[in-house]
Amino acid sequence: MTEVCADKSVKKRKFRLQKGRVISMAILIPITVLWLLPLVWGFVTSFKTDADIDAHLLSFIPREITFSRYARLFAESEQFPVLMWLWNSIYTAALYTILHLVVVSLAAYAFGMLRFKGRDVLFTCVLATMMIPSVINLVPMYNMMVSFNWVGSPLALIVPGAAGVFGLFLMRQFFLGIPKSLVEAAEVEGAGQLTVFLRIVLPLSSSAFMVAGLFAFLGNWNDYMWPQIIMGAEDMIMMTLPVGLSLMQGSYNYDLGLTMTAAITSAIPVLILFMLTQEKVIEGIATSGMKD
Amino acid sequence: MKQTCAVKEAVKGSRSLRLKKALVPIAFLLPFGIIFCMFVIFPFVFGIAISFFNWNMFDASRTSFAGFANYIKILFNSESIYFSYFWNGLKNTLLFVAISVPLLIVLPLLLAGLLDRKPYGFRFFRFALFAPTVLSISTVVIIWSWQFYTNGGVINEFLKKVGIGGPNWLNAQPWAWIAILIVTLWWTIGTNMVIFSAGMKNVDRSLYEAARLDGAGAFRSFWHITLPEISNQIVLCLLMTMIASFNIYGQPQLLTNGGPVIDGNFTTTVLMMRIRSIGMGANANPGVASAMSVCMGIIMIAISIVQNRLSKRKGD
Repeated sequence: MTEVCADKSVKKRKFRLQKGRVISMAILIPITVLWLLPLVWGFVTSFKTDADIDAHLLSFIPREITFSRYARLFAESEQFPVLMWLWNSIYTAALYTILHLVVVSLAAYAFGMLRFKGRDVLFTCVLATMMIPSVINLVPMYNMMVSFNWVGSPLALIVPGAAGVFGLFLMRQFFLGIPKSLVEAAEVEGAGQLTVFLRIVLPLSSSAFMVAGLFAFLGNWNDYMWPQIIMGAEDMIMMTLPVGLSLMQGSYNYDLGLTMTAAITSAIPVLILFMLTQEKVIEGIATSGMKD
Repeated sequence: MKQTCAVKEAVKGSRSLRLKKALVPIAFLLPFGIIFCMFVIFPFVFGIAISFFNWNMFDASRTSFAGFANYIKILFNSESIYFSYFWNGLKNTLLFVAISVPLLIVLPLLLAGLLDRKPYGFRFFRFALFAPTVLSISTVVIIWSWQFYTNGGVINEFLKKVGIGGPNWLNAQPWAWIAILIVTLWWTIGTNMVIFSAGMKNVDRSLYEAARLDGAGAFRSFWHITLPEISNQIVLCLLMTMIASFNIYGQPQLLTNGGPVIDGNFTTTVLMMRIRSIGMGANANPGVASAMSVCMGIIMIAISIVQNRLSKRKGD
């Protein structure tokens, strides 16, 4: 009798959970559709002919699929060299990411694995600088770039942000989780700290490098205000994708369809990157929310 | 003799070893330290210094000490153009903070609550809601400005089909702010949602079970269990969102270009846009722009301190 009862309550509980799953799905479907609509619409529109856009703006099915805009975008590169912008964005973001990872991982190793006087106080001070409103740094940074002769140079997009505290925090958090015994064993065998770092800690931390690297890459790739300040008045050929796109959108004679195609072109690489690394990115953000 | 020598050598060895040991952390910290001091600490100090000067970026001989003149100009001198730039920009920024922060907390909370029920297609929903976060503001604005155009925009074309005359989205108030708000929500809601979602995953499930046995429905257990259990995440997101909303720049710059102008005031020109245009460029006045930055920074810090106090008191 009791067994039957227990069985029933388990079934009931299962049913209840099932119900929760279905209800939440039913609420989320319309929200998600609404969320994706502009993106999907933009994607579809980039393949429509001009006449089709004029006649059936709201339609999600092109009457005729054309690649002419993509062809124009990549061929007519004098006015808006989108491919060049894409390349500029890729290499600045990549170099920035590498520099950031090197700088931050070395410091995180010192803060997380080495013992020295004032370590924790120093680390707390570094973390505390996250509270400095970045707006105060804007004008002086520009001033510094002027005196370094870095205005218009990719160096201004690569070097200044490399000592990112968020990456440092993430990396140190990860290093703290590496068993001390592994490090000690290597030290007993006479390995120097650099060897320990390169041979033991690095191979164990690919996941931390990936998360911190993704954040650095996405942040740099999408940055708008600073690159606009640095590159905004320069030659078109020097611009990063977000800066170039904003100029394209702002120019008076721009072609809506072509601009949308450029926007979609810039969105696709990051969306694919995010799709492939979804778990890592989300894990990284979730970690940032776990600090107390 | 031989023995003392060996001891001496050992001592010597250990001394240089100790020195070497002391140098190791410094070596590891050096690259970070240099970049950090040069591009984080120094500009901060430098920025505060500039605010007390009539600063000329290109010709040092035309730089002179100004005392509090820049601050007086922007804060009290109603004759000065910078006075109206500052107060109007601050008003617009604060307005955006006030309307965006509550929505950027509540909507992600609700979405995270739904995701916490483990809906079928969980990963897809999370992907779709988070995806806009990885796009750049230029991409986002290009996609959305075509939605908002008064003539030939997607939203108004749709409204026309169902027989409603759509508003003049980007050139009238309050529509311009609503458009900026919609774009901001679409773009940034994912981050807070993911943080809340991670917090909710760690809530002890037996608490919900107990609440249910006490007769609490879904909403009550969300209010009385979920929210208090993830209060850490809420406080953190509140702070981060507040800072991000204060720093708003790209959306009004690219979507409305600071307009529409009503009664001679740019209604969506935020402080960041003013600081950027005053601090750099041909007619730059870095001293005034820095004074504006410092004032904005002080306001942000003050608000975060108050917020912190309030949330701590609530926790007790």
